[in-house]
This record gives sequence, structure tokens and C-alpha cells, in this order.
Amino acid sequence: MERKIGETLLSVDHISLSFGGVKALTDISFSIREKEVFAIIGPNGAGKTSMLNVINGFYHPQEGEITYKGVHRKQMRSHEAAVQGIARTFQNVALFKGMSTLDNIMTGRIIRMKRNLFWQAMYLGPARKEEMENREFVEDIIDFLEIQAIRRTPVGRLPYGLQKRVELGRALAMEPELLLLDEPMAGMNIEEKQDMCRFILDVNDQYGTTIALIEHDMGVVMDISDRVVVLDYGKKLADGSPDEVRANQDVIDAYLGVPH
Amino acid sequence: MFQAFFVDPFVMIYDAPLFFVEVLVSGLMAGVMYALVALGFVLIYKASGVFNFAQGAMVLFAALTFVGLWELGVNPWLALILAALVMIGVAFTIERVVLRPLVNQDPIIFFMATIGITYFLDGFGQTIWGSEVRPLDIGIPNEPFMDLAEMTGLYINKFDVFSAVVCSLLVALLAGFFTKTKIGRALRAVADDHQAALSVGIPLKTIWTIVWSVAGIVGLAAGILWGSKLGVQFTLALIAFKALPVLILGGFTSIPGAIIGGLIIGSGEKIAEVYWGEAMGGAIEDWFAYVVALIFLLFRPQGLFGEKIIERV
Repeated sequence: MERKIGETLLSVDHISLSFGGVKALTDISFSIREKEVFAIIGPNGAGKTSMLNVINGFYHPQEGEITYKGVHRKQMRSHEAAVQGIARTFQNVALFKGMSTLDNIMTGRIIRMKRNLFWQAMYLGPARKEEMENREFVEDIIDFLEIQAIRRTPVGRLPYGLQKRVELGRALAMEPELLLLDEPMAGMNIEEKQDMCRFILDVNDQYGTTIALIEHDMGVVMDISDRVVVLDYGKKLADGSPDEVRANQDVIDAYLGVPH
Repeated sequence: MFQAFFVDPFVMIYDAPLFFVEVLVSGLMAGVMYALVALGFVLIYKASGVFNFAQGAMVLFAALTFVGLWELGVNPWLALILAALVMIGVAFTIERVVLRPLVNQDPIIFFMATIGITYFLDGFGQTIWGSEVRPLDIGIPNEPFMDLAEMTGLYINKFDVFSAVVCSLLVALLAGFFTKTKIGRALRAVADDHQAALSVGIPLKTIWTIVWSVAGIVGLAAGILWGSKLGVQFTLALIAFKALPVLILGGFTSIPGAIIGGLIIGSGEKIAEVYWGEAMGGAIEDWFAYVVALIFLLFRPQGLFGEKIIERV
């Protein structure tokens, strides 16, 4: 499939978020376009994760507006975000540890399963068929992520790199239009990082999923993203293509420091 | 001593096998009723990873509401439905007032909150309906099946059979409802990690309300059955603690476990009381279950059917 970056999928306008007196985000605006790989970077405590939390409705900003698929909102609600096709992974892996890989990924299908309580309680007829169909969908994801061997393993027992992969699988099971990845490669070795990069690009390529990611490894960010926004102390420093951002003086100052 | 423990009981069983069957059956029936109380705990534990201290208070509150309405002259069937609705109302309120502000907190915080709920429900129920003992007669005679007794010599109590049937139906219904389906999976997901559950679009509030409602209705059933045995009174709230050994045996997360745990505890304590009671000075029914649970904890802390606890270090 030819990858074509399209119209704006999501834009945030003048978002400000504070917790009591602490300002986490101040007047942030940017937009994410369909089918692109978009990176949010910045030093520790810059507000990157807060930004993702605002987008998928965990945090509710005091000011500003979020426009997703043409609908303006003051704030997202997390359930609505999920139903509308925003999926995410977490910085420090939030999986259901006692459940198997398969069950974890199946939870991603919950919002796509429509049969009502009655049929499910009976576990027959349409509900059973639906369960089967969804199971097939999940098996495809398992193949795609090359985690067949750990299908039945409780995820609490898996090494960190694989847990991250399962978490990605769960997000993919939601058939997201916008996939938010919070440091998908943190704590991985080079090989695992390469694998993860490949998966991210493949998802973007094969399913046409828009991806917004937070990452600290600058090499990775510059390689795989189409556009980058830089945050520092809750403010936006710059945005644009990787090359533009790399050349921006404010960004260089923020990362390397300025002589006083 | 040896004689009293290891010989006499077995001689008794051998001499009167019919009596043994009666003891076993009445134990199993009591066990099903323990299972019903235990079930309320399991449901909430599965959906929030929290031991709901208030389950006993919910049993009492539900039974009080039912009896209270009936005494006011409401048709018993209507009273049953109204009491169920009240329990759903209680679930809504608990979700809104107690659980929602605590999303993503540690289980211990939730546990403390359920202790608060316990005191509130105990007090609130007795404030509205009074605290005297109310007899409850739901029209099932507390007597043995005479035909069966004449034919075989077995005395099986009608009320015990009735309550066992009701409990089995409820248990089967719930087991179907909560396993294998997306609801079951959503429940476990919510119990495991609130934030992750939210991110895949599981509506936390709805799940909690459903689960607490169901636990309330199960409490109502338990309250009515136990209430007609013991009278509706404050001690009903303490029945909940009889469910503890059942849970330890069956595993906190398993519906079949609650049932089998209930059966083992129920029949075990009856048999122990009848055959070994004298040798140990009597009234061992009161503590037998807890000792079994303690021994069990040594060997299988997750229970017979519970999920194994896995921690990567």
C-alpha cells in the first residue's frame, strides 16, 4: 500500500494543563496528520507523557481545545477516545499481569465486540461466533508481532522487551486510527529496538495507522518520524521535519544548555 | 485417646451408614449456602482486586430491606424485586461516592473504604428498619421429606434442599455470565490495572456498577436463605466470615472454587462435629473451618483454583 500523508487527524490548540500550582503544559498547539509518524521529544519532565494523557483523556486540560476527526472538544474522555480509535501504550508497561498474552490482546477487542450481555451470558449463537472472529483477528496480530511462542504465557513472567511487544499488540487489537506510543523502546537493547522500529514502521505501512510516539533515542526519532514536536518545561519549542528541528537554535540550547 | 480419634468414628460410620449420608447431605447443603456468601466476595475481588469487607453488611442490609418491606404489607414478590432494586441503588451509590474517586489507588485503600461501607450499611440498615430479631418464613417448611424417610429411612430437610437448589441455580447462572465472555475478561482486566483497562476502552464505572449490583443481589439471596434459618438480625453480617475459609480453600478469584470450597467446608465441619466432636470436647464446628483454611494456606496459598501469583524480580 502506498503511504500517503493526508489531512489533519488530530490537532490540539492552546492546551494548558496544571496540577494545583504546577504547570505541566502551557499553551501547546500542534497537529498530527493522517498516516504520519509523529514524534514528541524533549528533556525529562518536559510534559510529553502529560500531552499523551491529554490526548487520550486521562488528563483534562484547563484550557484549549482538542480536535479529533473534525470534532472539537474541550477534553477527551478515555472511553470515548478508545471507541473513537485512539489506542496507546505506556511508559512503564501497563499490562494485565496475571493474564496470558492472548487474553491481554483480546481485551483490546472488547470495544469491538457488540453482542449484548444476554447472548454473552449464554455463550452461544452470535456471541460465540463473535468470540471466534475476534480470536482470529488477534491471532493475526500475534503472527505479525512474532509472539506465537508466548501465546499462553502469563505476561508477568515475560521479559521486559516482550512485554512491550504484547502491549503494542493489545493496542493494535483495537484497530486504532491513532496509536500513541509512550517510549516504546525505553530499556531495550539494540536488537530489540530494531525489532520495535520495524514493527512500528510496518504498522504504519500496512494498516495506515497514524502514530504519535515519545522517544528519547534521537537516532531512532530522526530515522523513523515524519515530523517532530519539541517540548521543554511544558512549552513548545519547535515543530517540523526532523531536519528543521535539528537545526533549531532553541532546541539545541534546551538539549545542550546555553553558556551563562 | 487413639481409640476415640481413629477407631470409634469409623465404627460409628460403619454401623450407621444412613446416618452418615444424612450428615454428609446436610453438610453439603450448608456448604452451598456458604458458597453463596463466598460468591459475593469472589465477584468483587475479580473485578477490583479488593477484598470487600462490606459483603456481610450487604447481606444484612438486603435481608433487612426485604423483611422490612414485607412487614409493611408489600407483596413478598414485589418486596423481593424492590429489595433487589435497592441493592442496585446501593451499588450505584458506592461506585459514585466511594470507588470513582479512588481509581488507580492501591488495593489497600479500597479495602479500607469497604470497611467504611460496612459500618455505614450496618448502621443505616438498623436505623431504618430497627435492630430487633425478625423471624422470616418464606413458606418452605423446615421438615424432612416424609415419603423419602418412610421408604429409605433417610431424613432430608425440605428447606435445605430448596436453598441448595436456589444456590445452585444462581451459581450456574453467574458462572456462565462471568467466564469465557468479554465481560469476564473485562472484569479481570479491571482488577489487574485500572489505567490500562481505561486505555483499551473498558468502561470502569459500568463494570463496577454491574459487579456491585450482582454482589448485592447475591447478598440478598444469601440474606433471605440464612435469614429464614437464623432470623434476620445482626449476626447475619457475621456469616460473611464463615465465607473466609471457603475463599481461602477455593481461591479468591474462582467461581467454581467458591462452590467447591463451600462444599468441602460445609460437609467437613458437619462430619467433624458429629464424629470427632466428642473426642475433642465438642463445638468444633465453630473453628474447624478456620483450621482447615490455615493448613491449606501452608500448602496452596492461592487456593484450589485461584490464579497463581507471579512476580518477576
